[in-house]
Amino acid sequence: MSDLLRLATAGSVDDGKSTLVGRLLYDTKSVLADQIDAVTRASVDRGLSTPDLSLLVDGLRAEREQGITIDVAYRYFATPQRSFVLADTPGHVQYTRNTVSGASTAQLVILLVDARKGVIEQTRRHAAVMALLGVPKLVLAVNKIDLVEDPAAVFGQICDEFNALTAALGWGPDDVQEIPVSALFGDNIASRSERTPYYTGPSLIEHLEAVPVDAEPHNVGLRFPVQYVIRPRTADYPDYRGYAGQVAAGEVRTGDEIVVLPAGIRSTVTKIDTADGELDHAEAGRSVTLLLADDIDISRGDVIASPSDAPDAIDDFEATVCVLAEKPLRPGARLLLKQGTKTTQAIVGSIIERFDEQELTADPDPGTLSLNEIGRIHIRVAEPIVADNYRVNRHTGSFLLIDPSSGNTLAAGLVGDALSAVEIGERGVPT
Amino acid sequence: MAANFDTLTALEAESIHIFREVAGEFERPVILFSGGKDSTVLLHLAVKAFWPAPLPFPVLHVDTGHNFQEVLDFRDRMVEKYSLRLHVASVEDYIADGRLEERPDGIRNPLQTVPLLDAISEHRFDAVFGGGRRDEERSRAKERIFSLRNAFGQWDPKKQRPELWNLYNGRHSPGEHVRVFPLSNWTELDIWRYIARDNVELCPIYYAHDREVYQRDGMWLAPGPWGGPRSNETLESRSVRYRTVGDGSTTGAVLSDASDNFAILAEVAASRLTERGATRGDDRVSEAAMEDRKREGYF
Repeated sequence: MSDLLRLATAGSVDDGKSTLVGRLLYDTKSVLADQIDAVTRASVDRGLSTPDLSLLVDGLRAEREQGITIDVAYRYFATPQRSFVLADTPGHVQYTRNTVSGASTAQLVILLVDARKGVIEQTRRHAAVMALLGVPKLVLAVNKIDLVEDPAAVFGQICDEFNALTAALGWGPDDVQEIPVSALFGDNIASRSERTPYYTGPSLIEHLEAVPVDAEPHNVGLRFPVQYVIRPRTADYPDYRGYAGQVAAGEVRTGDEIVVLPAGIRSTVTKIDTADGELDHAEAGRSVTLLLADDIDISRGDVIASPSDAPDAIDDFEATVCVLAEKPLRPGARLLLKQGTKTTQAIVGSIIERFDEQELTADPDPGTLSLNEIGRIHIRVAEPIVADNYRVNRHTGSFLLIDPSSGNTLAAGLVGDALSAVEIGERGVPT
Repeated sequence: MAANFDTLTALEAESIHIFREVAGEFERPVILFSGGKDSTVLLHLAVKAFWPAPLPFPVLHVDTGHNFQEVLDFRDRMVEKYSLRLHVASVEDYIADGRLEERPDGIRNPLQTVPLLDAISEHRFDAVFGGGRRDEERSRAKERIFSLRNAFGQWDPKKQRPELWNLYNGRHSPGEHVRVFPLSNWTELDIWRYIARDNVELCPIYYAHDREVYQRDGMWLAPGPWGGPRSNETLESRSVRYRTVGDGSTTGAVLSDASDNFAILAEVAASRLTERGATRGDDRVSEAAMEDRKREGYF
């Protein structure tokens, strides 16, 4: 288990997300005296009698003016048990793309609801997005619990409704933890509150410290997208030729047989190098340099994989996409697709369906997909990509669609089923 | 050996991945190097990312002309140690020939922006690595790892590209450049733990030493060409160290006896002040001082 947990927040506007994040920082002593002073000064300037903890995190002028979070921000806090990287995402409907960005790397998402409002449209939308993105663990923080008449009954009712939703979206009961909190007063944030006797579970921080999260699910063998070829050509290393990259899935050991895709050529790992010396093996997440027994033509964009469960090289597939830019996604659009370390041209085929995250249904043949909309499309690429289904691996199954003229990121994509895999030829040349 | 895969290893792996992405996709990257601890760690990680090959980028030092001599000596030592190609953009030159004017308060940090942007366009750098960390400041917390800047070097926080998974979009038009922050996810404490773990050589002013200093606005400043001490300020010899390295006119020292990495780690872990709040005068200007400077093209 890594001692670094990546998490994100999500929830509707005004449900107290920034206050909760400010509270997490404050209660883990991650805020220093001068930052508290600054917030106290700013709060007094605004006529408030107590420091507004949300000012700790809303950093942009426009955010402070409007009292809302506009852009995703990253926060860092630590307890003796774990370090945390938290993506603090905005709640407004028009910023769903930022929620998607923040949650793409999260191992856990804290979804906030206002106890007075319960599970609302935005909660359902966010839960559906988290399910699509394959976020392994959820926390439902039922905030402002001090403001409702019968908190035990309200909490129970919200949990029932939320559990029905998460079960329908595919999470198991062990993956979801509901906690009644008051971000403003700190109830059940760092320690269990005496004011919620009906709740016997852990405080939020206790749960975050203890929740078991694998770095990545270990359900595929080695995936090593080649980033860069290291060829020193120096007096000390005249013939050194190493393939640099970060292990995206599985692990690699010295002596392992591997296959280079999409060419399909096999070789053996002779050395796993780092600047700190050789390793005998490297697991997912490590940045290393691999040396192979054979002199093969390998370049950035190729993938080194385990031959026993090598991924397909695909050029025609279905994908789920979330549109991140103002420009709608239309059939026939010519774009760039970046997946792993490879960028290639792509053509959007048909738009198969648009998801209605409210009803958890699909609307067939919607024509286009607009900003913040999620749907399933058919896509073709000029050069085959070596990818897994996103459900199998988040790293090797994700991609970006980029506008070749403006360079903007238009959509986030999750690789679905391949419509046709490229044949790996006898000599390793795709046919 | 999963137990070995701790926070520092994970952060190091992420930073190295970012360096290699840029090397794979950009034509003319450059690393900004100030001699401070963050840019020293940045350089250390860059060298590791391409080992055993030499670093495939040059480094750029924006020299305010108000540097501590120890910092310049340290810069030159690093250039020698890693066989770096060094470019210097000099604020002093700009003031000398009238392209920039000295500010009334004598603080030169904000004057770095113009020589920096000129150097970027003169050398046609398309990716500029900086040691910025998101934990430094509220507006930095909003910064992407790949941050597109227009031809004026401006940052527009509302127009940032979403950043997902570990897929970084480095597309840019001619004249634009991308600022890249491989230390985004590191905290000040991570930096010091890493310096201790990897035994990273730092500029000596980070370690406690006796120095002539005077007090101004609650900060301990060293005498220098930036003016000081004034008649009402007195020089005293104190045991001090620096938490950040910047322009001498506005970077204060802290009283300290911490003379090695482990003593500093203990001091940083126990400190109740941020590094910037404690020793950087230029962030005290307003609630959004950093955001405003970043909009102008500052790092």
